[in-house]
Amino acid sequence: MILAQATNPIIRWEYLRDEWDKVRTALIQHIELTLLAVALGLVVASVLAAIALRYRWTANPITTFTAFVYTIPSVALFGLLVPYTGVSRTTAVIPLVGYTLLILVTSILTGFRSVPPAVRDAAEGMGLSPARRVFTVELPLAVPYIITGIRVATVTTVGLVTVAAIVGEGGLGRLILDGLRRTFWTPMTVGASLSIILALVLDLSLWGLGRALTPWTRRGGPQRAATR
Amino acid sequence: MTRLSTTPTGTPTGTLTGPPAGTPAGTAAIRLIEVTKRFPGTGADAVGRGGGLRLDVAKGSIVALLGPSGCGKTTTLRMINRMIEPTSGRIEIEGRDVTRSPVAELRRGIGYVIQQVGLFPHHTVARNIAAVPSALGWDKDRIATRVRELADLVGLEPSLLDRYPDELSGGQQQRVGVARALAADPPVLLMDEPFGAVDPVVRGRLQDELLGLQSRVQKTIVLVTHDLDEAIKLADRIALLNVGGVLEQYASPDDLLRAPANEFVERFVGGDRSIRRLTLATVADLPFAQGPVVAVETATADDARSAMAAHRSDWFGLTADGVFLGWVPGAALDGAGSLADLPRTVPAAQVAATSTLRAAMEIIMTSDTSVAVVDDGGRFGGVVTLERIRAALAGA
Repeated sequence: MILAQATNPIIRWEYLRDEWDKVRTALIQHIELTLLAVALGLVVASVLAAIALRYRWTANPITTFTAFVYTIPSVALFGLLVPYTGVSRTTAVIPLVGYTLLILVTSILTGFRSVPPAVRDAAEGMGLSPARRVFTVELPLAVPYIITGIRVATVTTVGLVTVAAIVGEGGLGRLILDGLRRTFWTPMTVGASLSIILALVLDLSLWGLGRALTPWTRRGGPQRAATR
Repeated sequence: MTRLSTTPTGTPTGTLTGPPAGTPAGTAAIRLIEVTKRFPGTGADAVGRGGGLRLDVAKGSIVALLGPSGCGKTTTLRMINRMIEPTSGRIEIEGRDVTRSPVAELRRGIGYVIQQVGLFPHHTVARNIAAVPSALGWDKDRIATRVRELADLVGLEPSLLDRYPDELSGGQQQRVGVARALAADPPVLLMDEPFGAVDPVVRGRLQDELLGLQSRVQKTIVLVTHDLDEAIKLADRIALLNVGGVLEQYASPDDLLRAPANEFVERFVGGDRSIRRLTLATVADLPFAQGPVVAVETATADDARSAMAAHRSDWFGLTADGVFLGWVPGAALDGAGSLADLPRTVPAAQVAATSTLRAAMEIIMTSDTSVAVVDDGGRFGGVVTLERIRAALAGA
């Protein structure tokens, strides 16, 4: 073991130079899978949330269903799909999308439900059309909640993408898997570190996006102005 | 702007009776015809129990829907802009059945103000005010002009237009709410407890502002309130509703207080309704007495003494060139030379003709003298005594 540690350090910097193409490809694939999964997840979650808001009785079944999907062990779910969709990107993306749904649907519902009743009442009472009410009043007010949901979903997905390595996709996960198979620490360290950094960078970007989209939440109220 | 009923000639009668103030019949801007509302799963009508609710709101007037909780006043209001659909009956605005136009179009023609204001927190004040004009597709310049106009109308600092609602005080938010409701110049304004969420001082000011605004814009306003004083202050007519949306009385504030139609109304308006009526009538509605008042240029000390004797008073008033100078205690006459040199009460007990009887009474109560009525230039018009006020109230 002592010898192994000596010859198998946490990281060998030459690896990054020699295998840079491999690392870069893995990183790009990781980003692609993450963004694709979250984007598709947002589309599906929006539809589900719209149904839940429009037909209230569906809200419980929908959240229960997305919670159920969330509880399936990821390794099992990726494996389960192989007989149907093969070792492909589809096999990787379907579970990734599935895992985003609970968080995204919940945050969209919370966001829309957080719209003050008086605001809703005023918007309706002044004769705004239903579409105008949703897109110019309710959606903007739900944005802070939705962005928070997207941030959690994105960070979670970055982690889950590594698991998709078992079906041949998985971006940085493949480096990790490679390292595990060869008991060679360097690819594992590189894969894990880049995965963490990617999660942080995406989270920070989304936080910034959220701030840019909600300028009204940053101004001080009259109380704060008074104490200044 | 007296809310006191007078005879058709407009001369004060000394009583608070007379035909109700308001526009002539037949010009109803809003008409409720046998309207009922029953909510699903409830056993009784929430509005119009026992025959349906009938109500005509005259064009350009303020009508208060007043009553205890559960009387269906808010439901009634919300049926006018179809936020709630009536179970039966018909509602007309300017002769047109409200169900005949598309609901969004109908609502854009009706200003809507609610207690919690409901400003859009993510839009600036200017964009909030512009909500309906934007929805109507007005061009930018027209909207900007209108927004500035409205800010001025409701007394909002132009610097506030770029703020977000959360940066405004409650009173300012409510002004924005009113400006937003008036943006597309709708003929009708619906207000649901518009001043219920602000403190009493601000409420009083907003009420005054609404009356000032109304004198300029002349909208037909239906206002929901549970506050009798607010209804008395603001409304041309009060519709007092009982539980189940039953109209117990529909009358001018003065008539409601003077002649409650039944026991429910009497209990609702309370035992102090004579006191409340004092806020409705102005000094100008009373016949003035000359009082023990003499002109400083011509009168002698003996004239002052006989004036006091005639009015059984220890005090007399002095005028110079028709302008009221003040009250002088009778004892000061002894040994004094010119009337002009006598000590006068400062400040003199005096009121404007436009003051309420309540204000006049307040002054009478806190001074030793009667109250002199003066006009803007301080010219003496006569005196108001406690006895005159009492007689006016009792004259009903």
